[in-house]
This record gives sequence, C-alpha cells and structure tokens, in this order.
Amino acid sequence: MNKNSSLRMKLYASPHIVWSAIFIVVPLIMVAYYSFTNADGAFSLENIYRLSDYTTTFLRSLWYGIIATIICFILAYPIAYIISQSKLRIQTTMIMLAMIPMWMNFLIRTYAWMNILEDSGVINKILTTIGLEPVHMINTPGAVILGMVYNFLPYMILPIYSVMTKLDKNLVEAAQDLGAGKVSVFAKVVFPMSVPGIVSGITMVFVPSVSTFYISQKLGGGTFALIGDVIEMQFQISNNFHFGAALSLVLMILILICMAFMNRFSSNEDVGGGMVI
Amino acid sequence: MKKILCIIASVLVCAYSVLPAFAVDKPKDYSHLKGTEINVYNWGEYISDGAEGSMDVNEEFYKETGIRVNYTTFDSNENMYNKLKGGGANYDIVIPSDYMIARLIEEGLVQKIDFSNIPNYSNIMDQYKNLYFDPTNEYSVPYNVGLVGIIYNTKVVEGEPDSIDLLWDERYAGKILNFNNPRDAFALAQWKAGIDLNTTDPDEWNTAFELLKQQKPLVQSYVMDEVFNKMESEEAAIAPYYAGDFLIMNENNENLAFFYPKEGTNIFVDSICIPSSSQNKEAAELYINFLIRGDVALQNAEYICYATPNKAVLESEDYSLKDEEILYPENMDELVTEYFHNLDPQTQLVMTTLWDSLKIDGNENASIYIGLISFVAIVFIVVIVVAVRKKRRASYYD
Repeated sequence: MNKNSSLRMKLYASPHIVWSAIFIVVPLIMVAYYSFTNADGAFSLENIYRLSDYTTTFLRSLWYGIIATIICFILAYPIAYIISQSKLRIQTTMIMLAMIPMWMNFLIRTYAWMNILEDSGVINKILTTIGLEPVHMINTPGAVILGMVYNFLPYMILPIYSVMTKLDKNLVEAAQDLGAGKVSVFAKVVFPMSVPGIVSGITMVFVPSVSTFYISQKLGGGTFALIGDVIEMQFQISNNFHFGAALSLVLMILILICMAFMNRFSSNEDVGGGMVI
Repeated sequence: MKKILCIIASVLVCAYSVLPAFAVDKPKDYSHLKGTEINVYNWGEYISDGAEGSMDVNEEFYKETGIRVNYTTFDSNENMYNKLKGGGANYDIVIPSDYMIARLIEEGLVQKIDFSNIPNYSNIMDQYKNLYFDPTNEYSVPYNVGLVGIIYNTKVVEGEPDSIDLLWDERYAGKILNFNNPRDAFALAQWKAGIDLNTTDPDEWNTAFELLKQQKPLVQSYVMDEVFNKMESEEAAIAPYYAGDFLIMNENNENLAFFYPKEGTNIFVDSICIPSSSQNKEAAELYINFLIRGDVALQNAEYICYATPNKAVLESEDYSLKDEEILYPENMDELVTEYFHNLDPQTQLVMTTLWDSLKIDGNENASIYIGLISFVAIVFIVVIVVAVRKKRRASYYD
C-alpha cells in the first residue's frame, strides 16, 4: 500500500518533473555547452579568457544591484509593516495600490521615467517654473538605480507583507506581558520573525536588478553598460551566442554565491532570534 | 442583318476568349492562393498601416487576393538575421538592408524570386537595379532608399554646419546623440577619419574606436528610436539619423534642420527578399508585386517618408514629397556616399568587441570599488557581531 501510494505520488509529480527538465535543466546545460565551445562547435576556453575584460561591468552591476536592494528594503519594510497593521479593508486597498503599477508593462513604465527625469522633462519644467535651478538627473547612475527601485519595489513589499500578516499576535502580547517596550518587541520578536520574508524579498529584487538591461539603456543613456546590456548585445548585435552564454553563466554563478551567502546569514539570524520557539 | 451582327458578335466573343491563350501578358490566375497566409517580417514603422486615414496595405492585400498577412517587425538587421538563422520562425517575406542581403545570399538563407509573377518590377528605376549585393537582380526587389545625415537644432547650433565634426564639437557637450548600433556609429567615426566604411584592417577600426571614445564624454546618450522624442522635445540638439525620419521630426518641431556631411555619408537600400524557408512562395511574390504597384507604393512612400526607388510614385501627381530636397537632393551626384558591405566574421568580431569596450567604459569606476569593498566590510562586521552575541547568549544558558 505504502509503496503503491508513493508510486502514485511520483506519477502525479511527473508532469512537473518533465516540465522542469525541458525548460530549466536543458537550457542550463545549453548555456554551459555554449560557454565552452567556439563558433565551430569545438571545445574552447576563449570565451572564459575574454571575461576578464568585463570585470568592472560585473562589479558595477553587482554594486548597483546591492544599492537598489538596500533602498528597496528601507522603503518596503515600513510600508509592509504599516499595511499589515491596518484594518483588513484598508490592507486590501493598499496592497492593490502597490500592485497597480505592475499591471502596466515594465518597458512602458521605464520609458515614462525617461520623460520625467529628462533635462526638459516634467520635474525640471516644474523646477524652472517655480524659479529653481534645473537638476541633471537622466543618464546618471542615480537614474538607473531609481528605475530599479521603482520597478522592483513591489517584489520586496509583497513577501514581507505576507510574512507580517501571518505573524502570531500572541507572541507580541507575550513579549509585552514580560515587560518588553515597543522597541524591543520589534527588535526581538517582529523583526526576527519577518526574516524569511525579507530574504525572499531581497532575492526577488537583487536578482533582476543585477541582470537588468533595459533600465540602464533607457535611464542611463547607454553610456555605461551593465552586464545585462553586454549579454543582450552578444545575442542581438554581435551574434556571438558563445560569449553571451559565458557571460550569463558567470552572472548566474555570481548570483548563486550571493544567494547562498545570504541564506546562510539569515538562517544564523533565525537561530539567534525568536524562530526557535 | 441582325443575323450577321449576331454572327460577328459571336465570332468576336469566341476570338476574345481564345485570344488570351496566345497573348504574352495574360494575367495569371492566383485564385488557388485564396485563404492561404504569408508571414511578413519588416522594420518597425515601415509600412502604411491605416493610421491617420492612410491605406492599410496588409488589409488591402487581403481584400484583393484573400491572402492573410501575418505581420511582425524587427529593429535591426542583426536581430532579423538571428531570427532567420535560428530557423525557429517561418517567414515568406523579409525586408533587410543591402549588406545584410549580401550575407543572406552568401549563406543561402534567401531564394531566387520568380520575376514572371512580378510584372510591376518595371516600376523600379534602373539606378536601383544591379546593385552590388544582387548584381543580377535575382534575389531582391528594392523597397526604400535612404541616406544618413545629421539633424540639428537651429536654436542651439550656431551657423550652418556642413561637416561631421559637429558631432565632436565640445561646445555642444551633453547635447549630442549617437547611434546605438555599432555599424552606424563606427561609420560616422570612419568618415571623420577618412577611413573606408568596409575596411578589414583592425588598426583602422581601432582608429575609429579612438574617435568614438574621444566623443563619448560629449554624448548624451546612444539611441535608436528614442531619437524622435529627444530631438522633438529639444532634450538633445544634434543627432545623426536617417533622412526620412528627419521629415517626421521636422513636422513636430520646426527648429530642426538637416544636412549631409561633406565628408560623406552612408547610403542604404532596403530590399524585399523571400527566405529559403518560405512555405508560400507564390503568394509572397504576389505580395511583392502588390507592394511595388504604383498606388500602394505611393501610400507607403507618403507614410514612411523615405526616398522611393519606384518610378510610378515619382511620376505621380499625388506624391507630396516629390520636391523634398532632403529625400531627392539636387546635388545627389556631388554627395559622397558609400554602401555598407557585409563584413567577414573576423572583422565583425573586431568591431563588436571594440563596441563593447566603448559601452562598458564608465567614469566612476573608483567609487564602485570603494563602495563594494566597504559593503563587504560592513557585512563582515555584522556577521561577526551576530556570531559573537550568539555565543555570549549561549554562555548565559550554560
């Protein structure tokens, strides 16, 4: 009986396994295969050697990704906390408001920012009409990071919010009964328990920020490329799939290292905090 | 009398019905293609689509022939090439530019066209036949012709510039745009340095690269279609772009002006081809014939605003751009122009590698290193502090 049911379980899981194999594992193998071959299909390390020219680009992408993630976190955490503390009806409305920008295509939103930030754009027009000096914003790293924060902020809010709503109120009360003030309730109970949400939020913001290409092209003016731009160029313009694959592979490994490090860090945190209960 | 008339009439009817069998230019019967489909792959904004009262060319074709057109667009020759080469999609019509057609022919990705299905080919002007990429006119039918020129804002730029040096003029730093595709961007530097556009010498490509690098601090951004917005809103003041597109920008902003640089400029012909993988070749030929028919070509020429290689359009009374100096310059013979040729893979690699290094070169590299190092340091300290506290807490419980 037991054997039978496990067989059935396997059968149920098989479509998912087949799907993952075809659309996740096979493409990954292809990326690895392309990285280590040249145009003739022979084994070659040429692509890997070339990567060293792009160190700065990799680091720049990582750096911008980190900044964007930190800003997203600083903005999203209080928002998620406030939303989770309000009445249910207000909660639904506020989450809706956070989601609404995502109904519009990401490319259009970024394009709109271009018109807002330009020297002759909306903000500078307002500044000059009220008699202030115009500020140069477009085509700077700041504009690119702003684009990342704006586009990926909902991905930080939602997981933190969903963890916060599930937070057991009794624990907070217990802490208060034991004499903890507002600050220590937050620091010792609420925050440690929201760590899983923070971790998935950081993952969901950091990964797309590091690999983005469109935002840096439109808001950065294409004057300083991020790694996503370079990869896109290999496929769209240079027709060099092998080098593009090598870049993607390294990017994936870098992201994987960052994620592994973060997961380790966060699980330490859990043990130290209230999660042991 | 009546009888005789009847006989004459019936003889005439018979004669007419038999005659076409012997006639040379008997219209072919294409009714068997009704209900089929063709896949057309063209540049964006490169066909009259029914906006603002113009003709919807694809819809019109369907009405006349019963052949459905699936229309998709690309934004660069290279992009189109990748799709075609990948073989994932089936196209019956593609409209790439000259050098790309040379490459497609070389690699056998396009097939010979049966010109007996394209009687309207006689509309094409002789000067656009036998071009270098298709010297025997077997693979392609010219669709549009264009030149690259420089657009500038008369409110910002002083005097009447005529040289490509305008793009390197430090007085206009931060107001200059450049192409966001390597071939066009390098071509500008090559004209400035007096280098052949199709050179295979890596040193010459390097010279052009040095010029682009020198220009980079002056460049506001590298753009393609965003050029319309940026020039019309006067966000930027100088941009190299295709002549036809200037007319559209000029309609929206009268302060813009245009010139062809005296050093020379790139000329291109976009031609219609049939990929080898086409599933419906005859319908594709019918479509080509339709596109270069006088009235349809006129609608397209009005809509796209590029120069046409079509005699029927130029001779038409209704063609409003006929006297447009920019599209049909009087001194066309004096202009120095050159076509792009297909580059060999080696040269292409040189070009794209240089282009990469132009694009990835930022000016705030030091701050990135400092930032990353301090971030790592902070994370390290936090990890240690957390570990120490944990240990201390553990010792409490002991």
